[in-house]
Amino acid sequence: MTTDTLNNTSTADIEVAVNQGDNSGNHDHKMTGIKRWLYTTNHKDIGTLYLWFAFIMLLTGGALAMVIRAELFQPGLQLVEPDFFNQLTTVHGLVMVFGAIMPAFTGFANWMLPMMLGAPDMALPRMNNWSFWILPFAFAILLGSFFMESGAPNFGWTFYAPLSTTYSNGSTAFFGFAVHIMGISSIMGAINIVVTIMNMRAPGMTYMKMPLFVWTFFITAYLLIVVMPVLAGVVTMILTDTYFGTSFFDAAGGGDPVMFQHIFWFFGHPEVYIMILPAFGIISTTIPAFSRKKLFGYSSMVYATSSIALLSFLVWAHHMFTTGMPLFGELFFMYCTMLIAVPTGVKIFNWVATMWRGSLSFETPMLFSIAFVILFTIGGFSGLMLAMTPVDFQYHDTYFVVAHFHYVLVTGSLFSLYAGAYFWLPKWTGHMYNDTLSKWHFWCSLISVNLLFFPMHFLGLAGMPRRIPDYALQFADFNKWVSIGGFAFGLSQLIFLAVVIKCIRGGEKALAKPWDGAVGLEWTVASPAPYHTFSAPPSQQDIDKQHEN
Amino acid sequence: MTNKEYENYYVPSQSHWPIVGAVALFFIAIGAANYVTDLAKEQSGYGGYLLLAGIALVIYMLIGWFSDVIRESLAGKYSAQMGESFRQGMSWFIFSEVMFFAAFFGALLYLRVFSVPWLGGAGNNAATGAVLWPDFVAHWPLLTTPGGTTTSAMGWFGLPLLNTILLLTSSITAHFAHSALIKNNRSALKTWLGLTIVLGLAFIFFQVLEYAHGYSEEMRLFLDSGVYGNTFYLLTGFHGMHVTLGCIMLIVMWFRILQGHFTPEKHFAFQAASWYWHFVDVVWVILFVFVYIL
Repeated sequence: MTTDTLNNTSTADIEVAVNQGDNSGNHDHKMTGIKRWLYTTNHKDIGTLYLWFAFIMLLTGGALAMVIRAELFQPGLQLVEPDFFNQLTTVHGLVMVFGAIMPAFTGFANWMLPMMLGAPDMALPRMNNWSFWILPFAFAILLGSFFMESGAPNFGWTFYAPLSTTYSNGSTAFFGFAVHIMGISSIMGAINIVVTIMNMRAPGMTYMKMPLFVWTFFITAYLLIVVMPVLAGVVTMILTDTYFGTSFFDAAGGGDPVMFQHIFWFFGHPEVYIMILPAFGIISTTIPAFSRKKLFGYSSMVYATSSIALLSFLVWAHHMFTTGMPLFGELFFMYCTMLIAVPTGVKIFNWVATMWRGSLSFETPMLFSIAFVILFTIGGFSGLMLAMTPVDFQYHDTYFVVAHFHYVLVTGSLFSLYAGAYFWLPKWTGHMYNDTLSKWHFWCSLISVNLLFFPMHFLGLAGMPRRIPDYALQFADFNKWVSIGGFAFGLSQLIFLAVVIKCIRGGEKALAKPWDGAVGLEWTVASPAPYHTFSAPPSQQDIDKQHEN
Repeated sequence: MTNKEYENYYVPSQSHWPIVGAVALFFIAIGAANYVTDLAKEQSGYGGYLLLAGIALVIYMLIGWFSDVIRESLAGKYSAQMGESFRQGMSWFIFSEVMFFAAFFGALLYLRVFSVPWLGGAGNNAATGAVLWPDFVAHWPLLTTPGGTTTSAMGWFGLPLLNTILLLTSSITAHFAHSALIKNNRSALKTWLGLTIVLGLAFIFFQVLEYAHGYSEEMRLFLDSGVYGNTFYLLTGFHGMHVTLGCIMLIVMWFRILQGHFTPEKHFAFQAASWYWHFVDVVWVILFVFVYIL
């Protein structure tokens, strides 16, 4: 009970401690060493595990990208074989999507949701541990396939049939079962998030009083529960097609390779919103804090997020305009896709309106947030260009697409994760991060990321295809600059590692509420947050206060 | 902040079951992957043993994990709010299972409505039919594939109809068992639940018979007999696996009832098993319509 400074005098708590004496004898007792992390049921421990795992995967996926950019530094084949190049792009994508961005958001959910809702922990704590610990094993299998006879998967992260079936290099089984485990992890994580939000809100925390951060994770978790089983289904079909002679994606048996794309993108398009909606939640928390104003249009933000989620089920075939769909299909999916710009525009407008006439200050989380708003909007606009069927015939499978989704995933999702990490690091560690280093991290990242991804737009418009190890000479200059930007961006992320390690080991003591504009229940507890928070619910007054500012 | 009115939410202390479960899944994945890879290369390996070890470990984990939960529940540590978490968790889990089946039903509909007719030249695909498979005639069930594999169709009358009746009846008996539990009529509970289990086991038995019939020389309906066989075996197969899991759940409930577990107010595990049973029943009805009849 020693670490729990706020609630340890509660009589209710002491009763709990006595009641729970079966294993450890004490509610607040932590095991030491590795067992603490292996056996933990604590949402903060599990959040920490998720975040570290995600960061290690970010560096791993980044290392793969460095090799890709080194190969593409100049035309011609110099470093790697074309087949290995395909393995690099495939595993880079899988690691970044399933290993870095998604677990990082789950880490945020674990750390923040119980504190924001005034709940003692996640609703299903043991399952929470399970959903984390199966992930490292899944990635051990995926990354381990590099060292196998077959090599790693080489069919792109989208594993289109027949590349992953008839023409697979033999890695399909390892890939398939690894993805199954990742899916199980995501589904369990999502169920836990949904149940926590529906059932663990403190008394008086109505749905429309929840922080927007909570709303975005709520909606994201629903998307996950709907689409991850569909991914499991399509992976199963790929496995049976490859190993048991079924012909779901083989015309000779009555199937259709295009059906793979339909089922995959029914998962895949909501999946990209799974990676961006939580980012909206983080940005909707940081921008009001550093503008010292209430979030503009809270309820419109809730409705916009829900609309984006619903529309995400009606747009999957915009990834498939060139497959030869009927004209009606192309028009339907084009218009639905463009419709998404409306709720997204509402969001951008609201963030800008929140900043309008606010007393802005530019701490590192705010810098990342503003960069997010601008750069994500660029990614959104290139998305609109891709949504237009006739022009998509030109852009399809070029570097323009690569530029588009890296703007939304790197300067979108990843930048929001950095904004959130700097924002809550004081709460997590009890120390302020090193401000100078963090600014270096921001400016180096900002400049290099644009050098890295912006010229890709021009490369794509000029016709450079994606997923190739060599290219025509006219693309040489831009590729050189892109590679330089890539190396600089990769190295800049090591600054973040240094900031985090320094912040954990020491630094200026953080106040319970280090940001004067911040609102929310997490700031009513000490920094670092006690091991167990809100064993007794917070007061109604504290809950209501978060909507004043 | 101190408020005695609130029931405490039980946060279990450290547990080693999740990490056991993680290692188990690792063994299953790596074992199954090695097994099918070796199968494709027609060589023997150690994958099957790893797979079996993983399955054994999962069973060990489930027994241990659920024992802990049952012990905690009997010790009265679970509040009503905890029960609500379990119920919501279970319902979302069942919903995710629905989506898993939806992927396969979606594939079935796509194959029937689009890909098979297109292969026969429907729509603007006349060239596909004329150039690639001029002899192919589109029909469903797809008894002769464009590649020339032939098979025969499983009718809905006979075993499938019998199984439909069995499973629908078992859903009703499961509901009667639940009502008996709520009325605290333990002997009726045991009877109805026992009957549900018997009906479930009978379903599995007849399903195995049907598969044997499908694989016989007479029918030659195999898993790799084109998309009709694919969808038939994957849909009924995954459904059969779920029925088996549901049966195991119900059998565990049976033994727990013999031990005197569950009260009219508190019986989450029983309710979860019963929900699961109704879910496999509903999936079967959809399956019976789209796979067998239509």
